[in-house]
Amino acid sequence: MPDTRERTSGWGRVDIRAPTDPPGRNPGMPLDLDRVGAIHLNRSAVERRATTLGTRRSVKKEWQAAWLLRALTLMDLTTLSGDDTPGTVRRLCAKARNPLSPDLLDGLKVRELAPQVAAVCVYHPFVRSALEALEGSDIPVAAVSTAFPHGLAPLSTRLAEIQASVEAGAREIDVVITRMHVLTGDWQALYDEVRAFREACGEAHLKTILATGELATLTNVARASAVCMMAGADFIKTSTGKESENATLPVGLAMVRQIRAYAERTGYRVGFKPAGGIRAARDALTWLILMKEELGDGWLAPELFRFGASSLLADLERQLEHHVTGRYSAFHRHPMA
Amino acid sequence: MPTIAELFRTMEYGPAPESPGPAEAWLEAHGRRFGHFVGGAWTDPADDRLFESRCPADDTLLAHVSQGTPDEVSHAVATARSAFPEWSQLDGHERARHLYALARGVQKHARLFAVLESMDNGKPIRESRDLDIPLVARHFYHHAGWAQVLDREFPGRPPLGVAAQVIPWNFPLLMMAWKVAPALAAGNTVVLKPAEHTPLTALLFAELALESGLPAGVLNVVTGDGRTGEALVSHPEVDKVAFTGSTEVGRRIREATAGSGKALSLELGGKSPFLVYEDADLDSVVEGVVDAIWFNQGQVCCAGSRILVQEGVAEALERKLRARMETLRMGHPLDKAVDMGAIVAPVQLERIEALVEEGRREGARIWQPAWATPEEGLFYPPTLCTDVAPAGTLARVEIFGPVVAMMTFRTPDESVALANNTRYGLAASVWTEDVNLALDIAPRIKAGTVWVNCTNLFDAASGFGGYRESGFGREGGREGMEEYLGVQRDPEAEAVPRTGSRIGDALVGSAGSGPERDGGRPFPGDRSPDANGSEQGVDRTVKLLIGGRQRRPDGDQGLVVTNPDGVPVGVVSRGNRKDVRNAVEAARKAAVGWQEAPAHLRAQILYYLAENIALRRNELGDRLSQHTGVAADWAHREVDLSIRRLFDYAAWADKWEGRVHETPFRNVTLAMHEPVGVLGMVAPPDAPLLGLVSIVAPALAVGNTVVAIPSERYPLVTGDLIQLVETSDLPPGAVNLVTGRPDEVVPTLADHDDVDGIWYFGGDEALARDVELRSTGNLKRCWVDRDAERRWISSVEGSGHRFLRAATQVKNIWVPYGA
Repeated sequence: MPDTRERTSGWGRVDIRAPTDPPGRNPGMPLDLDRVGAIHLNRSAVERRATTLGTRRSVKKEWQAAWLLRALTLMDLTTLSGDDTPGTVRRLCAKARNPLSPDLLDGLKVRELAPQVAAVCVYHPFVRSALEALEGSDIPVAAVSTAFPHGLAPLSTRLAEIQASVEAGAREIDVVITRMHVLTGDWQALYDEVRAFREACGEAHLKTILATGELATLTNVARASAVCMMAGADFIKTSTGKESENATLPVGLAMVRQIRAYAERTGYRVGFKPAGGIRAARDALTWLILMKEELGDGWLAPELFRFGASSLLADLERQLEHHVTGRYSAFHRHPMA
Repeated sequence: MPTIAELFRTMEYGPAPESPGPAEAWLEAHGRRFGHFVGGAWTDPADDRLFESRCPADDTLLAHVSQGTPDEVSHAVATARSAFPEWSQLDGHERARHLYALARGVQKHARLFAVLESMDNGKPIRESRDLDIPLVARHFYHHAGWAQVLDREFPGRPPLGVAAQVIPWNFPLLMMAWKVAPALAAGNTVVLKPAEHTPLTALLFAELALESGLPAGVLNVVTGDGRTGEALVSHPEVDKVAFTGSTEVGRRIREATAGSGKALSLELGGKSPFLVYEDADLDSVVEGVVDAIWFNQGQVCCAGSRILVQEGVAEALERKLRARMETLRMGHPLDKAVDMGAIVAPVQLERIEALVEEGRREGARIWQPAWATPEEGLFYPPTLCTDVAPAGTLARVEIFGPVVAMMTFRTPDESVALANNTRYGLAASVWTEDVNLALDIAPRIKAGTVWVNCTNLFDAASGFGGYRESGFGREGGREGMEEYLGVQRDPEAEAVPRTGSRIGDALVGSAGSGPERDGGRPFPGDRSPDANGSEQGVDRTVKLLIGGRQRRPDGDQGLVVTNPDGVPVGVVSRGNRKDVRNAVEAARKAAVGWQEAPAHLRAQILYYLAENIALRRNELGDRLSQHTGVAADWAHREVDLSIRRLFDYAAWADKWEGRVHETPFRNVTLAMHEPVGVLGMVAPPDAPLLGLVSIVAPALAVGNTVVAIPSERYPLVTGDLIQLVETSDLPPGAVNLVTGRPDEVVPTLADHDDVDGIWYFGGDEALARDVELRSTGNLKRCWVDRDAERRWISSVEGSGHRFLRAATQVKNIWVPYGA
């Protein structure tokens, strides 16, 4: 095989699968409108690929258990309810620290892995409670921000909100972009907005939520993904979980292919977070397959891939228990979050 | 076994085996020995004529299968023949119930079929499970429907009789369904020969069909190799031959059936282009290539094996493809997590290896992924070849393996030229986000199927089949049903009057009768031109019409024509090979313009021709009567009927429309009617004006250009025809008329590799067979009419859809959509 690891200036020259050290955090780049305008996705073709992702691959037995365990460690365990209280958040954090019972860990022979979820994701008022509950673990707290989920508060308000959450100790900020900018093709406005979010984040990592269910076309999704990355997003995320359409595989393909293009051009690896509607262990496997197939094993790590989910964990537990016992499990057998 | 903790770190895919259990059980239940399935029962497998069917992935012996002998073939054909009357006379609804039961049967046993197919063929279980078997069921459902509505959708059309069907090993059960479903729906009975590498699912199907209540003898399966197939297609009691396989074997079948009167459809090889324009969604293109050439290990007749990519994105596409090849997974076909399985047989693997080696020697760069193919079994890695010239082996030869050649183009016109630079014409795939470009390119590609932004999509409602040397006939949809139905008759209609043998004898042009002129002497007509056509004595010379101009024949020779009383009445040109060649060149030159002319314009020109005939009705009728010896009132009626026929096709010109097929995708499948191209036509001997008009007009109406050889018996009509054509606004070369001795001009026409189809109505059995034999060179579409009793007067027998169909090829263009 020839050496394909050349790095040149054009799009697509960097071999993203090459085992090199990650070059660090995406600094962004100037808005490249030509590049954005050249993006066209063919919905039918993307959907065909999405349909066969789960039928071309099948993960069984020990492999399945390992993959489910990996899925667990990629979760942003989330509670975003209007009736959240410090108490429910503390319970969630307890679950985040010990997502699996010792019996189960022993049954799977993975106690030494001490699996934990990747982050806990809450509204701003609960950042402090979460930090306290997670003290001593290295699980970061993520806060949704910028007038989540609509994102239509004044920019100054939204920036202040980010700063407040960062000051409160959130290490990750999930912001929602202004869909209007996408739907009207005002890429400069989107770019400027995300740039400002990024600056407000400081050291905290920025996840931009595209709310893809409201972007109408896959081409819009892909273009918005590209602009967010150019503006310095650390992660691009599908949904707030509050739109009528959540994370779908075609949307996922549209986004990860832009991540690939961006990495091939700049060398910077941006993370991906599908969120909303991912409840079954089986769905999690399909998303992992998507990441492995399209971006490679390097993206199966919490630095670059997260599930935004709340009820997924319970199904992962049930399936893992089934692997250990051979019996199908029940939700009530596992400690609730 | 790695631990979960290890797997947690590596995140590998593990094995995901599908159980061979059900298939093994079925094989065991038959003692792994199979006879043929004939008349609803197994024949005894004879020990000395068994061959092995093995799994190509691990070389395990699956079963012993019988090599069919000519006697066994005869027995099967006789069985099908005896089942035919009852089956064909069954009410359409009854046949629909049977086909519906077959569809349900396939669904009920889907897993068994899928596993057996993958074991026998080596294709990944994902493909047999998700594609082959569901499509098989879909085919029987769809054709149950055709049986149900046959009497209303195809009124008066009888089945053909016994269909001999020979199918390939790449989609064993699916190809069986494509053949069997329409044959049975139309009321034919079947003898099927599956490929020797993959006979098992057809045998299973036949057995289950009987269980589902299909009457014994309606579907018979005889196994064996090419010899068995040869015995089957050449069997005299067979009425219809349908074959899918290589172009080479297709040619042999065309030869073997020449002169037999058997209906024939051939679905042959391909070297299908896969066109990528600079605005295409390249990531989707990459998955398209995976589906085009790495589907079924590239063992797909319509595989997109030639990537033609616009230069500006060639480098990016190549890089993306190479990266994608690294993530393809190859392994045992029963593993549910592989993209590619095994090559069907050692002989195929060797062929692929040899062709790639040849390409490498010619200078192509060969890209294969870094991963190793399984050590055991017949595997070949996905292969991308660049630096391939159009003349290179890898660009021309059908490899039938996972090997794709990549070339570049600059402009849309160049992409079409490269796409069509092949003898084949099965399918094409066009990738662009520009609807203007897609709809410009798709009609210009010579292929039976064009997939826009998709590839290798199939459905029972859409006909599949080739242009050029990819064969003829369609499978699926309405157009596919036509292949299994005979012609509607009009027994009430009068026959064309004949003036008996004395006229035939009196005609010059048949060998030995009448004086020939040598080239040194001028034609009589040149000496005493008489434009008004006085019929006294030898006074007219009819020239040839080539490229819109009257031409002297190349050999400068004439043939004297005498009337029924033995009186010489004129001289026609004796065209030769070169005249035919010139006429074909002229027709080819005119082809694109005439095809692209709006149907409305073509109609107007046909109306104008009719108008001009009407103006000269009496004169034409009188002369016909004098030349042919028929009564004047008949001759005038022939002129009137010719006008009527021109009106027919002027009317149809803008009504012989394509369709939009109901395929179960979010997709428009446009079945476009396209002209065959350049048609050679040999006019019927009787009714020289009506006969010629009846075949030339439909060809012109749908956009073909024509080289016609007028009536052998009454060629003088050519003189009038030339004048009519010249005054008709037909573009030069759209119609060319070449008189001459049939045995001199017809073979040249039938041989010519730039003639796309030939209609022979000349009535000579030996020449008819010769036409079919010679057509094999470029596999031109042949319509050899053996219907001596055809009533040209009848609007049913002498006009209509049958003529339009023969003048047309259906191209299915698949256009998925979605914002």
